Amino acid sequence: MSMTMTPPAPAPTPARPSIRRSSAGPWRSAKSAIASTLIVGSLVVAIVPLVLIVGYVIVRGIDSISWAFLTDDIPILSRSEGPGMGPAVVGTLLITGAATVMAVPLGVLGGIYLNEYSARTALGRVVRFLAEVMTGVPSIVMGLFIYSIWVLRFGVSGFAGALALGCLMLPVVIRTTEEMLKLVAPELRESAYALGGRKAGTILRVVLPAAAPGIVSGALLAVARAAGETAPLLFTILTVNATNTNLFHGPNTTLSVQIFRNAQQVFPGPQQRAWGAALTLIAIVFIFTLLSRGLSAVFSRKHRV
Amino acid sequence: MDEIDVTPANVAPVIEGVDEQPETAREVVFEIRDGAVRYGSNLAVADVNFDVGAREITAIIGPSGCGKSTFLRCLNRMNDFIPGAKVEGRITYHGENLYDPKVDAAEVRRRVGMVFQKPNPFPKSIFDNVAYGPRINRFKGDLHDLVEQALTRAALWDEVKDKLKKSAYALSGGQQQRLCIARTLAVQPDVVLMDEPCSALDPIATSRIEDLMVELKRDFTIVIVTHNMQQAARVSDMTAFFTTDVGEDASRVGRLVEFDRTHTIFTSPSDQRTEGYITGRFG
Repeated sequence: MSMTMTPPAPAPTPARPSIRRSSAGPWRSAKSAIASTLIVGSLVVAIVPLVLIVGYVIVRGIDSISWAFLTDDIPILSRSEGPGMGPAVVGTLLITGAATVMAVPLGVLGGIYLNEYSARTALGRVVRFLAEVMTGVPSIVMGLFIYSIWVLRFGVSGFAGALALGCLMLPVVIRTTEEMLKLVAPELRESAYALGGRKAGTILRVVLPAAAPGIVSGALLAVARAAGETAPLLFTILTVNATNTNLFHGPNTTLSVQIFRNAQQVFPGPQQRAWGAALTLIAIVFIFTLLSRGLSAVFSRKHRV
Repeated sequence: MDEIDVTPANVAPVIEGVDEQPETAREVVFEIRDGAVRYGSNLAVADVNFDVGAREITAIIGPSGCGKSTFLRCLNRMNDFIPGAKVEGRITYHGENLYDPKVDAAEVRRRVGMVFQKPNPFPKSIFDNVAYGPRINRFKGDLHDLVEQALTRAALWDEVKDKLKKSAYALSGGQQQRLCIARTLAVQPDVVLMDEPCSALDPIATSRIEDLMVELKRDFTIVIVTHNMQQAARVSDMTAFFTTDVGEDASRVGRLVEFDRTHTIFTSPSDQRTEGYITGRFG
């Protein structure tokens, strides 16, 4: 390269290197081909299980789905055939909803605190570290934790399960919020301050709206994740066959717990119900995800070109 | 001012008093004495001494990295947000020490507005961008009137009056910058600081903003940082020339070299470094 760029002065013009691809060397095209193959391969490897799982659950579960399945009580005699997952649908929505109501506002506030008020302080570092550790706590351990501090004193209830799910969601929401706030352009804050804005008002009126799409997306992903949790619910809500709309009293049940219980049975009735519950749960999570995408799109489209 | 030819070969004999006001009539907005900025232990800008007069355009010129912008941000306490930044010396605003602990920095920024290098509208509608400042400052009155007034002053009203609800991001770069100027004017400031407001704009948009500055001079005091010497020569009344001193330990400190009437700076600067810079010998 350097020789062609600085030819000796009197020498005839050296041959200009061709711009055709082959002149770059065959090894480069080979590397490109290998990398492309690997990337496409990984994509296929990642998608195949997803398609298989969703497809199989649909094939096995679609026959169970009916209005009665979504609303009727769970048969008391677990080996009996026929519909009934109503209590689990209600329980899933109630418990996940309660967990969301507790964890999302707290988590968003925590993220705001971390990024806006204590980015460089010792307390901020400690909180951030603890949130990171909390992300890694196995969900069943979180269930045990709630069992020991809540259930032993106040008994099982949907609320106890919501507490466990909320504890699982909290660090995710905190971290997502912090990351999204970090992405807000410093120029936006500066121009708000340059207009005489104060800190709290600037965060509320400028920074949060700018970060809202990402925060909403992150929060709803945490919700979807929590809706599928089973382990922390096993000993915090127990199970029940009739719909329990009282979040704060008595055992409850969710789709995830019902999948776990029914799939363990040897009889075809409960197994069929487990497939139906699995499909219902996937559908609910899917709706949450769509909702999160839609909401973020609405937020961001509002102010883009 | 418009007729000044900045090429030093054509330096005309200075005609004293052409665009001068009597010295006694000059109302001082900012008085800067031994102004300096430190980042941690590093001295970034030092030895700044000059006065900013009311309803004048003061230009700050100088090579990159000489601390022009850093210094400009001292005038509305924007450096407060940079961790470790410390302003030394004495800067007064209408006689009041700007860095007195009792001073409310947000109130300072309301009176001393700022337009930045890159247009940075909020992700809101055009109307809401302009209305933001008045709203947070609890403006009582007709917000629509105020927004129209600000947009008119920023020479943008006719272009946007039919799409006030559209996103500000739908505007072109030059329009966005005028929107940012309108947004600043809407809080009815006393001073407008401009940090290279045209560096991201094309010549047509630049000339519109320059016209605007001259127009705004009637009511506002303007301090502008610019890389563009022609711009300083075209629009400003007073010019401060900064340069970078490289110390023996390779430390770089921005210093004020010369402050004078723009006409004087561009025709008969008293410092060799100023002359070198405006004739393009360095920087």
